[in-house]
Amino acid sequence: MALRIIGCGNVDRGDDAAGLLVARRLHALGVETLAVEIMEHSGESFSLMDRWAGFENIILVDATAPSGKPGQVQVWNARVERLPEDVFPCSTHAFGVREAVELARTMNRLPQTLLIYGIEGKQFSFAAPLSAEVERAVASVVERLVTQVSESLIHNPQRSPGDNLS
Amino acid sequence: MSKQPTRTIKVDTLARVEGEGALYVKLKGDLVQDVKLKIYEPPRFFEAFLRGRHFSEIPDIVARICGICPIAYQMSAVHAIERALGISIDPSVRLLRRLFYCGEWIESHTLHVYMLHAPDFLGYPDAIAMARDHQAIVQQGLRLKKAGNRIVALMGGREIHPVSAAVGGFYKAPSKSALKELADELKWALDASLATARWVSGLDFPDFEQDYEFVSLSHPNEYPFNEGRIVSNRGLDIDASEYEDNFTEQHVQHSNALHSVLRGRGSYMVGPMARFNLNFDKLPDVAQQAARDCGLQAPCRNPFRSIVVRAIELVFACHEALRLIHEYEPPAAPRVQACARASTGQAATEAPRGLLYHRYELDQDGLIASAKIIPPTSQNQKRIEEDLWHFVSQVATRPTEEITLKCEQAVRNYDPCISCATHFLRLHVERD
Repeated sequence: MALRIIGCGNVDRGDDAAGLLVARRLHALGVETLAVEIMEHSGESFSLMDRWAGFENIILVDATAPSGKPGQVQVWNARVERLPEDVFPCSTHAFGVREAVELARTMNRLPQTLLIYGIEGKQFSFAAPLSAEVERAVASVVERLVTQVSESLIHNPQRSPGDNLS
Repeated sequence: MSKQPTRTIKVDTLARVEGEGALYVKLKGDLVQDVKLKIYEPPRFFEAFLRGRHFSEIPDIVARICGICPIAYQMSAVHAIERALGISIDPSVRLLRRLFYCGEWIESHTLHVYMLHAPDFLGYPDAIAMARDHQAIVQQGLRLKKAGNRIVALMGGREIHPVSAAVGGFYKAPSKSALKELADELKWALDASLATARWVSGLDFPDFEQDYEFVSLSHPNEYPFNEGRIVSNRGLDIDASEYEDNFTEQHVQHSNALHSVLRGRGSYMVGPMARFNLNFDKLPDVAQQAARDCGLQAPCRNPFRSIVVRAIELVFACHEALRLIHEYEPPAAPRVQACARASTGQAATEAPRGLLYHRYELDQDGLIASAKIIPPTSQNQKRIEEDLWHFVSQVATRPTEEITLKCEQAVRNYDPCISCATHFLRLHVERD
């Protein structure tokens, strides 16, 4: 089954760019040649739900709100657990990644597998630079995703990289 | 004589992409003692950002002010700069700008009607909870919003923060066939918007009316988007260049955002209700009839019925988009060249939430010497507070929790950008 990795965020708002940077680095590493599609997205709920339509396996990467541990990486399996409130920074009018996932769950529009990588941000003001902690976390998440996708193909080339996600 | 108990309804300040808002209501017995709406308005920061930038950069920069109404910021900016530079745009470009605005109104109004405001009327904490019981309705809202997204994506190059608008026109004009591909979905959207109007007109509305001064653009032949004089129901009739002579901003101690008022008159309302009341005769027949079928008449003075007015504007926007697509012929050139000169230009356009005023002063090299941006939420801010004063008095005998919910709903009547939330307010109720 096809896998789409979606990096969410806003490149103009400091650490909110984390998901976008993961997507860009995966793209630069040629991960798409492993039958994985990479895309960037603002995180706006409704079009985000459209972006996973037709894909059974989705990995989403987004920045999470500060809680005193900048750079902390958390992973949620959205098929089996609800996303916590107040963790993902809001997109337009407070409809962001969490709302997209929970609305899709309510409307039976979740993909078969949906893993969400959250990278805790430190600074989100307009034109702020990426913090050093998030810079390291972005590199770490890129490495984990490359490994995750590659191992899936090495262990079972007949399988799609999305098949071992759930 | 027993001491009257004091109730304080306090709302934490929330950090939002577009701003921060807080609400404070104090009651003594059943009498309102104080109402404060605090807003920290980000567009003010952008005015300083713009200084020293070349005028050609402005549309792309101001699009970043708001994720839901970037086109409004682009349109007010390009029109103000074009007025400063003495540029006349091609009629086809003018048509494309109206179409662009249709897409934004469809997106924005659908978001507010279905996801932000309807849960208030139906008793749900948010749209996610509402979707459990009203899946078909939410599904319709999602598809309707997508119809608007498609216009914005085609016209703007992408759905969020579009990049195509330019001083003098667009960087690229769409082909006729590309626009026609939108038509089938917009025909569905027109039917869906009529269904939306029927649905929301059946909601329960608090019995609450105020004597507003409504302010909007008015154009002799069109329901207003980009052009027209600034008028009111109390005799205001000015060009955008006279805006600052007639309106002023006041600092209030409890808010970082300035309150915009009409000089010598005070608060006023901008937005869908103002447009509807001042331009009802410019709506196409299908929208006028839909309003009548909903029992909606101009002037409408009940702000809670703004959800119905937005639905009527959805009907208009879908109908207008279809008309524009049908009439479109690509311009000979997507934009006219603009030559720098020292000048000042002002323009106001109709953002989904109401009048959006921009002024730019350019130097001889085309660099921005000063800029002023007055968004609709700033203009409505004082009016929202006044609504709350009167409305809370009307519901003061109800339990605090109910008052709180009603206050949230009353704030959301205006779809303020700072609300930015299915639930704008996190509440702490203090009792003596």
